[in-house]
Amino acid sequence: MIELTGLSTVYPNGVRAVDGLDLSIADGEFFALLGPSGCGKTTLLRTIAGLEQSSSGAISLAGRDVTKAEAGKRGVAMVFQDYALFPHMTVAQNIAYPLRVRRASKQAQQDAATSTSANLGLSDYLERRPGQLSGGQQQRVALARAIAMSADVLLLDEPLSNLDARLRLEARTFLKRLQRDLGLTTVFVTHDQAEALALADRIAVMAEGRIRQLGSPKEVFQRPADTFVANFIGSTPMNLLTGTVRDGQVDVAGALLTPPGDLRLTDGAPVIAGIRPEYLKPGTEGITGVVSIVENLGVTSLVTLECPGEVLVGLTVPEHEEPAVGATMTAAPAPGRLLVYDSETSELLTA
Amino acid sequence: MTFSLMLRRSLYTVLIAALLAFFAIPMLWLASAPFDSDPGVGLRWPDWTLDNWRITFEHPYALGSLVNSIVLCAVATIVTTALGTLASYALSRVRIPGRDALLYVLLLLSSVVTGTAAMVPIFVLMLQLGLINSQYATGLVIAGGMLPAAIFILKDFIDTVPRSYEESARVFGASPGQVLLHVVLPVARPGIATILVWAFVQAWGNFLLPFLLLRDVAEQPAAVLLRTLRDEGGSANLTVIPAFSLLYAIPVVALYLFVSKRYGFRFHGGIKA
Repeated sequence: MIELTGLSTVYPNGVRAVDGLDLSIADGEFFALLGPSGCGKTTLLRTIAGLEQSSSGAISLAGRDVTKAEAGKRGVAMVFQDYALFPHMTVAQNIAYPLRVRRASKQAQQDAATSTSANLGLSDYLERRPGQLSGGQQQRVALARAIAMSADVLLLDEPLSNLDARLRLEARTFLKRLQRDLGLTTVFVTHDQAEALALADRIAVMAEGRIRQLGSPKEVFQRPADTFVANFIGSTPMNLLTGTVRDGQVDVAGALLTPPGDLRLTDGAPVIAGIRPEYLKPGTEGITGVVSIVENLGVTSLVTLECPGEVLVGLTVPEHEEPAVGATMTAAPAPGRLLVYDSETSELLTA
Repeated sequence: MTFSLMLRRSLYTVLIAALLAFFAIPMLWLASAPFDSDPGVGLRWPDWTLDNWRITFEHPYALGSLVNSIVLCAVATIVTTALGTLASYALSRVRIPGRDALLYVLLLLSSVVTGTAAMVPIFVLMLQLGLINSQYATGLVIAGGMLPAAIFILKDFIDTVPRSYEESARVFGASPGQVLLHVVLPVARPGIATILVWAFVQAWGNFLLPFLLLRDVAEQPAAVLLRTLRDEGGSANLTVIPAFSLLYAIPVVALYLFVSKRYGFRFHGGIKA
């Protein structure tokens, strides 16, 4: 179990990369730190690994306080974004390196390399050098080396970002299966929301060194806690429309939308309505606008409606149902899918 | 083919031939004169004999000076490579204000330190320390002069070793010494090999410092002895000089070949940066 309490990491130039962060990660959990570049997610990972010194707060791993412990004495393995394979060592030597550091016998080193590489489909490459391997193979060597350390916690820094798009999907599935088979507590950093949603058991969405939302991929996708998270999660951007409350309903883009049943709203309050394009369904009532752009996304198309007051609203429609550009179209959020955010605090309003 | 094109080609060939001859003739002289019964300063097909070699080997200082050269160069090269590597690693990894300025000032001063400007102070210093006629001391002075340039070049090599390599080793529990021995030195090896050969060649050919600091003929290295190889009449001793020159050239070539084969002046392919 990883326990962070009031953790801050401040760089010498005064930047608070991690700012008073509390987090606890359960054993065997696959945990994602998600956020835009510069949000402090990589610094947090490096602080857990011991590569950055925390300025305040405490880190405990498996009940042991490691705040002041050196990297390498924390029982934490890490895979770097560039994999950091040693170019002058063979694959076998790379994988056995954590054992060589501990002065394990040559036999133990060789056994570790053989058994770990077999699990990752690397048996045929043991005598090669990293430079002779493809990107995907290099990544697996880096993983094998981290696993060979037999640490309690595995940290992955942007594990898929150095692979090309096609390989990335394959590696994603591979990584998820590997994590489940090993049952190893794993924390990974990514700026790709799709990656976080696909891999993680739980996601922490970070901005400016703090956690904005902590939850399962479902929670984070369906009920973003604020407009920042709403904006960041989802491959098609969420519609965030400014409106006001009138008669318990939300007046937005020239339409009155009914909020989820138990939500009480004060009349006249300015709010932001959040609706995912995927949850907007064409119908007879709701937001009406002129179709201005149709973008093909494969199975669905993203339609952009120009609504009264120059408001743009996106919705997805299944294939073969694309409207013609210039046509008028009406759509309403699916039941319970309308999210209402306070326009001042930009936080989600809940019952 | 037009006339002008032919003319251009011929001129080009003549130019190349002249350039080639300029560099090749001294080499051919070095290869043939040691085996000629009457070596001169000109180039000719040798009248084969090994007498020159016998006379060279019988020369009271010739072989001794080559041994002196090797001792001197070994000291200078080992000190330069070892200290240069450690210093450039530190300078590459530690952020100190004015680091680059420091490097440039060192580089600038180094050409002065071992240059003619510091000739007298160095001599006086060594005389007062009682280190005249000491090959080890002379080797250290030569190393001191080469270090700034060596650090400057090596720092560039070590800068290219990604920090993530070191951090990765640290996460696996490697101590700073292990990081240096297992990761940094092997990855920077081509750079270190380059500096090793460079330092050896510099020290091997250095004339001024050994000439100043080694006053006893028996202690002098080959580069200094070569100047004193004269016959009774005071003109250049062409019996000994060719053979001695060939002997003098061999270690540098041998070292280059050995280091190139063993360590390689190349870089193992890494991953995309």
